[in-house]
Amino acid sequence: MASHDVTRLKAHEMAALLRSGETSSRGLTEAHLAAAERQNRALHAWLVIDRTGALEQADKADRRLAEARKAGRQALDALHPLCGVPVGLKDLVSVKGGQATAGSKILEGYVAPFDSTVTARLREAGAVILGKTNMDEFAMGSSCEHSAFGPTANPWDLSRVPGGSSGGSAAAVAAFHTPLAIGTDTGGSIRQPASLCGIVGMKPTYGRVSRYGIVAFASSLDQIGPFGRDTRDAALLLHAVAGHDRRDATSAPVEVPADLLHLPEGDDEAAAYLKGRRIALPREYFVAGMEPGVAARVREAVAAMEQAGAHVEEVSLPHTDYGLAAYYIIAPAEASSNLARYDGVKYGYNDRSSGDYIADYLKTRGAGFGPEAKRRIMLGTYALSAGYYDAYYLKAQKVRTLIKGDFDSVWAAGFDAICAPVSPTVAFKLGAKVDDPVAMYLSDTCTLPLNMAGLPGLSIPAGLSDGLPVGLQMIGSPWSELSMLRLARAYEGITARAPWRDLDPAELSLTDDPSTPSPMDRKRAIAAAGAPGRQA
Amino acid sequence: MTVAGAVASRYEAVIGIEIHCQLKTVSKMFCGCSTDIDGAAPNSHCCPVCLGLPGVLPTINKAAVEWVIATGSAIEATTPAATRWDRKNYFYPDLPKGYQISQYQLPLAANGRLTFDTSEGPFTVRIRRAHLEEDTGRLQHAELDGRRVSLIDYNRSGMPLMEIVTEPDIRTGEQARRYAEELRLLMKTIGASDAEMENGQMRVEANVSIRPRGREEFGTRVEVKNMNSMKAVERAIAFEIERQAGLIDGGGAVQMETRGWDDPSQSTYHMRLKEEENDYRYFPEPDLPPLITTPEWLAAIKTRLPELPAARRTRYQTELGLSPYDASVIVNDADASTLFEDAVKTSGSGLAKSLANMITGEYLRLVKTAEGHVDPAELAKLVLTIDQGAVSATVGKNIFVEHFESGQPVTSIIEKHGYRQISDAGVLAKAVEQVLEANPAAVADYRAGKAAAAGFLVGQVMKATRGQANAAMVQAALRERLDRSE
Repeated sequence: MASHDVTRLKAHEMAALLRSGETSSRGLTEAHLAAAERQNRALHAWLVIDRTGALEQADKADRRLAEARKAGRQALDALHPLCGVPVGLKDLVSVKGGQATAGSKILEGYVAPFDSTVTARLREAGAVILGKTNMDEFAMGSSCEHSAFGPTANPWDLSRVPGGSSGGSAAAVAAFHTPLAIGTDTGGSIRQPASLCGIVGMKPTYGRVSRYGIVAFASSLDQIGPFGRDTRDAALLLHAVAGHDRRDATSAPVEVPADLLHLPEGDDEAAAYLKGRRIALPREYFVAGMEPGVAARVREAVAAMEQAGAHVEEVSLPHTDYGLAAYYIIAPAEASSNLARYDGVKYGYNDRSSGDYIADYLKTRGAGFGPEAKRRIMLGTYALSAGYYDAYYLKAQKVRTLIKGDFDSVWAAGFDAICAPVSPTVAFKLGAKVDDPVAMYLSDTCTLPLNMAGLPGLSIPAGLSDGLPVGLQMIGSPWSELSMLRLARAYEGITARAPWRDLDPAELSLTDDPSTPSPMDRKRAIAAAGAPGRQA
Repeated sequence: MTVAGAVASRYEAVIGIEIHCQLKTVSKMFCGCSTDIDGAAPNSHCCPVCLGLPGVLPTINKAAVEWVIATGSAIEATTPAATRWDRKNYFYPDLPKGYQISQYQLPLAANGRLTFDTSEGPFTVRIRRAHLEEDTGRLQHAELDGRRVSLIDYNRSGMPLMEIVTEPDIRTGEQARRYAEELRLLMKTIGASDAEMENGQMRVEANVSIRPRGREEFGTRVEVKNMNSMKAVERAIAFEIERQAGLIDGGGAVQMETRGWDDPSQSTYHMRLKEEENDYRYFPEPDLPPLITTPEWLAAIKTRLPELPAARRTRYQTELGLSPYDASVIVNDADASTLFEDAVKTSGSGLAKSLANMITGEYLRLVKTAEGHVDPAELAKLVLTIDQGAVSATVGKNIFVEHFESGQPVTSIIEKHGYRQISDAGVLAKAVEQVLEANPAAVADYRAGKAAAAGFLVGQVMKATRGQANAAMVQAALRERLDRSE
C-alpha cells in the first residue's frame, strides 16, 4: 500500500486533516469502505458494510466541518475530534433502522427501532458509522468462531482466529478498514482480540459507558470500550461514548476527563510519565500453560518501563485461581435470564409450526441459538435453580467480593497500575479450541478478574511471539482510565522505535486476492487436514 | 344448625390472601410510557423498554416506590434500609423479557398488620409483605381469517403493581372480604391505587385450606382466582370451604390446584393442578443498583400520609360524636367520607351528627341507584336550615334528593317549591283539628290506650301539610288536644 493511503492514518491524524480541510470525511469514508469491501471476503470482519448510510453521515460531517471552518477557530475546537472519522460497531450495538444480530441466528431479521446511547453519542460527535462487525454469538467466546454467520480471520495469519468475542472489530481495525471500532468486554472480549490482532483495546470501569441499547450478555460484567491502533485514538473514542446516562441505572455520574483528548503527542514527553510510577506484577497471572513467548514479551515490557523510571514489584492476587470458576457461574446465570426474551414471539427468528406456544418456544430456541449460547443458558439455568442457588450463584458472588478485595489491597498499597499478560497464547488456529469449551474458557483467565471487580484495563501491543502479536495488559483502579491511557501512551513512547512497531499485519496483503479462501473455507480445510477420517 | 355452621363446628379454614394493586403513577414502572391505558388501542402505550427489546434497561419509577413505602407505613410494616430488585424467570408470551422484575428477598414493606370490623367484632390480619413489581402484557384469544389465534397487547406490560400478601390468619369468607375492603379503602385513602376490582386495578387471590378443629398442621391448599367483586371473594371462599369439607367427609382428599370463581353458577371450577412449585430462579436484578431508603426519606413519606381510615373512625366518634356505626359507614365509603369532611368544614362540628344522618340515610342510599352529585357546601346549608327550623326534616330529605339529582342550590329548591316549615301554632292547631275530625277511629283507639294511634295521627298531619309542619310541635299539639278533650 502506498504511504499516502489515508486508511493508514491514525484517527487523530485524520481529525487534523479534516479540520484543515486537507481531506474530507467523504474521502476518508470512501477509502475505508473500499478496503472493507475488497477484503471482507477473506477476513469476514464485517457483517454489514453500510456504504449508503456511511456516505450520508460523511457528507453531514463535511458540512459541519465546513461551517466550523467558516466560523473560525473556536467553532472548530468545539467539534469533537471524531467528527468525520469512520468507526465500526460490534453487531450488538443498536443503530436505529439497522440490524443487531449479536452474532446469532435468533436475532436475524430484527431491526432496532432506536439508537443505543453509544450510537447516539457517536452521532453527536459526528463520527461516521461504517457498519457492523462480526462477533461470537451473544459475545460468548474468545475466537469469533461462535458467530452464526461464520468466523473472522486474523490479518496476521489468515488461518488463525482474531480472538473474541469482539473479533470482527479488532480485525477491522488491524486491517485498516477503520481506524476505530466499538467492542464489548464481559470477560476479556475487547482486550484479548486487541492482543491477538496487535492493536489497542480498552475495557473501561463498569459504569463508565452506558449499556443502553447494547444487547446484553451478562449485565453485571458487560462494558463497552474502544479499539484503536494507538492509545491516543482509543482515548478519543472512549471520550466520545463515555459518561453518565439516565437510561442506564448502572452508569455512574462520574465526569469524563477532557484530557482524554490531550494525551501527549511527543514520545519523550509521554515517556516521562513513567518516572516514579509504581507498577505491580501479579505472580498468579503467569499461569501454567502460558506460552513462553507471551510471558517473555510481558516481562520485557515491564523491564523497559522499569528502566524508564517506574518501580516494579511482584504482588500476589491470591484469589485469581477461583476467578474462572466463579465467572462461569455468574456470567451464564445472568445470560440465561438475559437471553430468555428471544422466544420468537415478538421479533427475530421464529418457528411457529407447532401451533402450541411451548413447542414453538422449543423449536425457535433450539434452532435459533448456537451450541455455546445453549451451553451457557443451561449452565446458568442450573446454577440458579432452587437448591443450587446458594452453592453456586451465591458462592460465586462471594468469590467475586474476594477477587475485588485482592485488587483493593494493591491500590491501598499505593500502586498506580498492575501489568500482566492479556491472553496466555498468541492467536490460535481456526478450529483449535472450538470443540473444547474449557480450553476456550482458559483464554480469559487473565482478563476476566477485572470484569468481576469492575476495573478498567487495556491491552497494548508489546511485540511479537512467533511472528504474532502479544498484548500487555494494564489494569487500573476504578475511574483511572486517563491514568491507564497515559501509562500506555508512555509505554508507546519508550517503544516508539522498536522494530515491531507499526508493522503491517503479515498476511493482510493476501486479503486483496479474490482467490484467497474465506475464513469458513479455511476452517473447514484445517479441520479436514488435522483430522483425516474424522466426521464433519 | 345451618350447613355452614355444621362445617364450621368441625373444620377450621385457614386462608391467606394475595392482592395485586395497580399503583397510581403517571408513567410505567421502568420506562416513560403513560399508564393511561384504559380503552387505548392495543400496543399503543409501549416503548422498547416495556417491550423488552434487545439492549434495553429499566429505570426505577420513584413514585411507585414511594406508594409502596407509604402503604407499608400505613400498615405498620417495616422497610429495610436497603432493598433491591430480583428477577423472576419464567416463559410466557405476555412476558416480553422472559422475566419479571420483582422483589423477592427484601420487599419494600414487611411484617405489617391491618385491623378492621367484622360482624363478630374487630379482627387483625398480619401482613407478611408488600412489594413492587411490573405487570405483564395481556393475551387475547381471537379468530383471524378463520384461524384461532392468540393476540398480545403489551399496553399493560410494565405497569407498576404492588403485591400484598397476608399471613394465613383469616378463617372465614367474611373476614377475607372485609380485609380486602379495608385494604381497598386504605389504597384509595392514601392515593396509591384506584383499586377498582372491575377493571383489574385490584386483583384478589385466596389460598384456602381446611383442617379438623384442634389440629395444628395445615391441610392441602387450593388457590382461588377470578374473584371479580368483594361479594365474590366472600362467596368463593365460603363455597371452597364447603367443597373441601364435602370432599373430606366423603372420604376423598383435597387436591393441590388452582380454581376459578364462576359468578353465574356461584361455584369454583378446576383451572390447573399445582403439583409442584414453579422454580422461578430468582436472582438479584443486575440492571438496577440496590435502593437505599434513608430514614429522612421514609419520614417524609410518612409525613405526607393523609389521615388513615382507622384514625378517622376514632376521630368521628370522639370529636364529632358520631355513633360507631355511622363513623364506620361514612369512613368505609371514600366519597361519603370526603363529602362529610368538606361539609363539616362549612357547617362546623356542632352539626356533624345531622350531616352524618343525611349522608348515611340519604346519600348512600341514593348513590346506589342514581347518578348525581352533592355539593358539600349546599349539604351544610341544608342541614343548617333544618336545624334552624326553617324546613322540616322530612322536607329536608326531599330537598336533598332534588339537589342530588339536579344540582340546584338548596335555596332555589326551597323557593321554587315554597318550602318552609310551618311552626305557626294557629295554623298547626287547625290542621290537627281537621285530622282528628277525619279519623274518629284512630282517636277512639288512642283513647282506648293504643299509643301507636298517636303516631298515625302525627303522620296524617304531616301528610296534610306536605311534610312542612314542625313535627315536634304537631306531636305536642295533638297530645294536648286529645288529652284535654278526654
